[in-house]
Amino acid sequence: MAEPKTEPKTEPVPQRRSDRSPWNWLLIVPVVVPLLTFLFNAKSPYLWGWPRFYWVQMAFIILGVATTTLVYQMTKKRG
Amino acid sequence: MSQHITEFVIATLIFLIVSAMGFVAARWRRPTTLEHLDEWGLGGRNFGSWITWFLIGGDLYTAYTFVAVPALLFGGGALGFFAVPYTVIIYPMVFIVLARLWSVSHRHGFVTPADFVRARSGSSTMALLVALTGIVATMPYIALQLVGIEAVLKAMHVPTTWALIIAFAVLAAYTYQSGLRAPALIAFVKDTLIYIVILVAIIYIPLKLGGWDNIFGAADAKFAKTNGTILNSANQWQYITLAFGSALALFLYPHSVTGVLASRNRSVIKRNMSALPAYSFLLGLIALLGYMAIAAKIKPLPGTKPGSLDSNTVVPLLFDKMFPQWFAGVAFAAVAIGALVPAAIMAIAAANLFTRNIWKEYLHRDATPREEANVSKIVSLVVKAGAVAVILAIDPQFSIDLQLIGGVIILQTLPAVALALYTGWFHRWGLVAGWLAGMGLGMWMLYQIPNPATKHAHFGGSAFPLSKWFDPTAIGLAPKTSMYVGFIAVVVNIVVAVIVTLIMKAVKAPDGVDVTQRDDYFVDEGDPRLVPGPRGGEEEMPEPVPAT
Repeated sequence: MAEPKTEPKTEPVPQRRSDRSPWNWLLIVPVVVPLLTFLFNAKSPYLWGWPRFYWVQMAFIILGVATTTLVYQMTKKRG
Repeated sequence: MSQHITEFVIATLIFLIVSAMGFVAARWRRPTTLEHLDEWGLGGRNFGSWITWFLIGGDLYTAYTFVAVPALLFGGGALGFFAVPYTVIIYPMVFIVLARLWSVSHRHGFVTPADFVRARSGSSTMALLVALTGIVATMPYIALQLVGIEAVLKAMHVPTTWALIIAFAVLAAYTYQSGLRAPALIAFVKDTLIYIVILVAIIYIPLKLGGWDNIFGAADAKFAKTNGTILNSANQWQYITLAFGSALALFLYPHSVTGVLASRNRSVIKRNMSALPAYSFLLGLIALLGYMAIAAKIKPLPGTKPGSLDSNTVVPLLFDKMFPQWFAGVAFAAVAIGALVPAAIMAIAAANLFTRNIWKEYLHRDATPREEANVSKIVSLVVKAGAVAVILAIDPQFSIDLQLIGGVIILQTLPAVALALYTGWFHRWGLVAGWLAGMGLGMWMLYQIPNPATKHAHFGGSAFPLSKWFDPTAIGLAPKTSMYVGFIAVVVNIVVAVIVTLIMKAVKAPDGVDVTQRDDYFVDEGDPRLVPGPRGGEEEMPEPVPAT
């Protein structure tokens, strides 16, 4: 049966794939920013009664979604 | 009980409908056979974006999370909100990693993370360690789902023991029959109910409590002494390391990997990395239910020990107090079903680990796919019975402590599983040494942490005060700085793995044989090199690891 070691050689191997892309570096932003406590560890300004600590961290969700969506769209063809 | 009759009837009714769905799920998406791990354990490896979103969402955001996170805010303030940054940073972190895991797993027919470790590191020792770590970390997590159901039952004043046994027996039966299809189908109902309940709660309850100003005001008043609605100098680093460490750990849990491997292609995973944060938004709102409970002057019900309080009951009690009876019933059903989905996936994942990496690897090397599926099905029953027994026979606090340890120990598989998706550089003995070091250090630190609330001298929390080791002010940190144990342990793990790898390479110690190739990490749906599943008319699954 298809053993990983020998089998690929018999198939026409498609062009060398990779998931490398400069866009990937953008993903670091939504990982680092939500951990920078000095950005949000305060009560003012308030937003609809929410202290900054809470609404800013909720807003980081949008940052995360925007970044992963952008990186996905820009790197789509490259797998 | 009598004044809770409406909510009990509604909750039971929804539970029954969902259970029926669980049994019908076996026929959903027409499998040719369920006698194969790809079908029973991974739902055919063919779920699209929507199903995957519901499935992974239902898998990661568990009933326990929904009950425990607000309980954390209720009891301790801002620190509990770490759940939000944790579930924000997780998706960009694993965006590339999970797609690679998907590719290499579909290329070689891996079902579990330990399958991958076996092939990548060429070390059966490391694979066994990863499998055992996964099983040990998952078991208390399943038990904790019962704590979620128990909190709801307590709020309705229903006798918990029998209700728990019945709920889990039904769950075990349909998981046995339908495999991963059951939680995948039920997740639709679970998540829809949760979204409705929380969106209603977040509008309706603040209106009744006089607005958000009042809610945050009540929390400020409760934590006035510690200024606990924001972080202080002692717990800031704990907040950061806890969010980061928990994020590193989440997709190392075998049940998370199960959800990922069940998806159809790489794009499904990447699209979900943008869609799953919708649940994080929900979780943030749920967390604030803890402050609403403060504003509503909720008093938690007594715990198992005399004089103790079960803070997990605050959310169900809040629903009970605020909502009309019928809607409280819907809310309780949502939490209870919310426990069943992850419990089913976790049991399947633990069963697959046992079957693939212990039973097949050591006891029954020439097992057919049919035998594998049968062993997994039986083990999934054993796992659930074990979870019920642990909760009923032992103090639930034991599971909570174990789950805490579980997060720390699953993190120790990071180099062998996640880092290995990037590099094959690590020597097999470097990985083993790193695991041993991280595990040993993690357990030692946890052992030293007392829990003042439960009066346990050991394993009382995951925040390690650095002052036990050295003076934190020497490196510019606040004197009372503490950090998440798992984070410290995994850093040491990686350092040891690097050092031992360098030594092993220097002395030219034979390394394991890596049977994966560079291209394996990028293949996608439709590639002829992917391992054909049972749908492809294959009688035998290809052996993922050639005998060397």
